[in-house]
Amino acid sequence: MQAESHFNNDMELMMCTMIAQQIKIDGSGKGAAGWYKLGEADVSYDHPFDAPFEHALNIDFVNESLGPGARVAVELSVESARALVEAIQAVLEQAEKGGYVR
Amino acid sequence: MYQTDQYEGIIAETVTIHGFREDVINAYFARPLGAGPFAGMVLAHHLPGWDEWYREATLRFARHGYLVISPNLYFRSGHGTPEDVAAKVRAAGGVSDDQAIGDLEGAANFLHSLPICNGKVGIFGTCSGGRHAYLAACRTQAFHAVVDCWGGRVVMREDDLTANQPVAPIDYTPDLSIPLLGLFGEQDQGPTPEQVKIHEEALKKYGKDYEFHMYPDAGHGFFYYHRPAYRPEQAEDGWKKIWTFLARNLS
Repeated sequence: MQAESHFNNDMELMMCTMIAQQIKIDGSGKGAAGWYKLGEADVSYDHPFDAPFEHALNIDFVNESLGPGARVAVELSVESARALVEAIQAVLEQAEKGGYVR
Repeated sequence: MYQTDQYEGIIAETVTIHGFREDVINAYFARPLGAGPFAGMVLAHHLPGWDEWYREATLRFARHGYLVISPNLYFRSGHGTPEDVAAKVRAAGGVSDDQAIGDLEGAANFLHSLPICNGKVGIFGTCSGGRHAYLAACRTQAFHAVVDCWGGRVVMREDDLTANQPVAPIDYTPDLSIPLLGLFGEQDQGPTPEQVKIHEEALKKYGKDYEFHMYPDAGHGFFYYHRPAYRPEQAEDGWKKIWTFLARNLS
C-alpha cells in the first residue's frame, strides 16, 4: 500500500545522492598493482571515503572486467573539480591550437 | 548496565545466509555466548559499504546482548576492499530497494531460525542503511522495532525515482506496524530537518509509534568516529537512546 505522494520537487536532496554517471574511456591507470587498461570512468557527487567533506566530486578510473580492485580514485571538493575541468579543457585547447590533436 | 564482576563473552564470524530470491550472500554474525534467549538485530550498512565501522557496530550490539547480523548488501557487486566494492555500487546508483529489503529479510529469517533467539528481531541502519531499514520495516513482517539513523531519501522528489528506487520510502508509512526510533542532525544536508519534519508529519497522520530526536551541532553521520562528522556528545546520547528503545521493544 502506498500513501499519498509526498513529492516536493523544490526540495534539494543531497545525502546518499546516488548522483552518478559512467562513461567509457580509453587509456591506462596506475593502481595498487601497477598499470592496467582503463575501461570506464565513474563520476559521482556523493559521500567520499576519505576526503573530509560530506559530499565530494568522486572520479573512479576503473576497468570493470578486472574486478572492483582495478580502480584509481580521486575525491575532490567542488571548487577543485571545476578547476580540474577548466584545466583539462585549457590544455586540450592549447594542444589543438598547436596541431597536436588529430 | 555492565558490572565489573560480570561474565561477558561473544563469538563473531562471517557466515552465509539466503537473501533476496534465495541468493546466497555473506554476512557478519556476532552473538553473546550462552543459551539466551537473546533478541536479534539486523544491521543495514551504509553507502560506504560493508566496512569496518559496521563490523565493529555488529560486535557492539552483540556485547549489549543481541544476536546480530550485518548482511553484505553489496555481495553481488564482487569482492575487494569494502571501499572498492562500495565505489562500484555508488557508480551504479546504489542497489535496488527490492534486493536490499530481500537481503535484510533473509538476515532476519536467519536470526529467527536460531533456537537461542527470543523471537524478537530489530533492525538498525545509518545513511542509506537507515533508509533501507525503514523500507524493510514497512514492507516486511520480519521485524519488531526499527532504528533509522539519518536515513536520507526517505522523502524523494519524483525525478529522483529510478528503476532501483521506484517508490519513496515515506509512501510506505501507512504499512509501518512496529515502533520507530529516528536520530538526526540539525546540520544534515540529507535528510534536512525539513525532510525529517515531513516524515514526522506522515507518521503522526497515520498514528504510528515513533520517537524522533534532532541533535544540534550535528550533521550527517555523527556516530562515525573515523570521520570529521563525529560528534561524541551527541553520539553517546544517541547510543543510550538506542539501547533504551531496543530494551523496551525487543525484550
